Amino acid sequence: MGHADQPAIEINNLTRFFGSFKALNDISLVVHPGETLAIFGHNGAGKTTLLKILSTVMKPSNGEVFFNGRNIALESETVRRDLGIVSHRSFLYLNLTAYDNLAFYGRLYNIDNRSQRIKELLERLNLKARMHDKVSTFSRGMQQRLAIARALLHRPGIVLLDEPESGLDIKALDTLWQLLKEEDRTIVFTHHSLERGFATSSRVAVLSRGKIAYCPENKGSFSELHQAYSLSLEAM
Amino acid sequence: MKELRAAFIIATKDILTEIRTREVLTSIVVFAILVIVIFNFAFGGDERAVKTVAPGILWATFAFSGILSLNRSFMMEKEEDCIEGLMVSPISREAIYLGKFAGNLFFILLIQLVVIPVFSLLFNLWLFSFEFILVTLMATLGFAAVGTLFSAMAVNTRARELILPVLFFPIVTPVIIAAVNASLLILEGKGFSAITDWLGIIAAFFVIFFVASYLVFCFIIEE
Repeated sequence: MGHADQPAIEINNLTRFFGSFKALNDISLVVHPGETLAIFGHNGAGKTTLLKILSTVMKPSNGEVFFNGRNIALESETVRRDLGIVSHRSFLYLNLTAYDNLAFYGRLYNIDNRSQRIKELLERLNLKARMHDKVSTFSRGMQQRLAIARALLHRPGIVLLDEPESGLDIKALDTLWQLLKEEDRTIVFTHHSLERGFATSSRVAVLSRGKIAYCPENKGSFSELHQAYSLSLEAM
Repeated sequence: MKELRAAFIIATKDILTEIRTREVLTSIVVFAILVIVIFNFAFGGDERAVKTVAPGILWATFAFSGILSLNRSFMMEKEEDCIEGLMVSPISREAIYLGKFAGNLFFILLIQLVVIPVFSLLFNLWLFSFEFILVTLMATLGFAAVGTLFSAMAVNTRARELILPVLFFPIVTPVIIAAVNASLLILEGKGFSAITDWLGIIAAFFVIFFVASYLVFCFIIEE
């Protein structure tokens, strides 16, 4: 955890090329501790690329990212210890059981009282009864719930989520946001629904063609967000 | 130490996955035994010919069954983007390489553990000498070192089952030639001193490719 006045996430002039295509174009952004930032954008706006760079899976072509004052390029292992990620894919081994999967990641993160923490999360996400079943037998929604358990297993201070609500029913959605917000976390997530994303966030941003088109310091109003999003669609 | 711990966790996960499925290893062992049986029908009758061709048959079997094992190594990481799950964990990219290398080494050695007695029985050859075990172990280390890297490279291509052998065999040829020649000398009853040159080549191959693979692995999985 960083100092109270230190940004949880600081992005400076981030650019990413894929060949000659500029997926991210000189993005700068600050996310304060405890904020929940929702990122919206049309398909190909650069949301997933941005999250991949923040999660240290991908390197930027230019620019720097700091988590709690630590440069993620220079201290990536330390940064990753406090980072939880829910991606489009679950990161789960389909031929292992739910428990095996969480136990594996728990060992990688060197979590104390691993078994207890795994059972607690599986209970919260209503998966305990199936914990010794192979993940390949789970529905998409169950796999998504298990992916959330995997991401929160080590109690990360910063959580990045790419379309986290896809495949979840209403009860699972409530549990997801309860779990995310019961500890003082900084959350960055992408969402396809403006209404839903706006309702669950404390700040919003719109990405358009790799650039931040809208990101007010305070949350702003829904109509402003809607207008900014519509303009970004027209600019495509 | 931290790196070795993470590598151990990844390797044990690979082994646990195989225990849970029991699919891949069984198929590979059956394939390897079939190859040996076919060659046994072709050369089994001629005792002199057997001694000459046996090392080639054995190492061809190891190479083909080894590549099947290597092919599946990163395939399981590609499913559901598990490789990204490893990349966002607080471990180094090098630890991922070491873990996958250890897992691959374990599986190839396990296949050899079944294949060698079957081969020995069918071709009526004694393969349990110290020299032969040493050559097999060292050559397998080289196999696994290169194979792990190329398996990571090939998994992102569309024709991955085809790409891996195309990348792997030209590079690993020196170690196969050295292992075949060393095995031939052992079967001819020559002592340890006769195989030291070949062992030197195998050891040098392993050291060079292990270090190179360890160092470049991070670039392979990040791009």
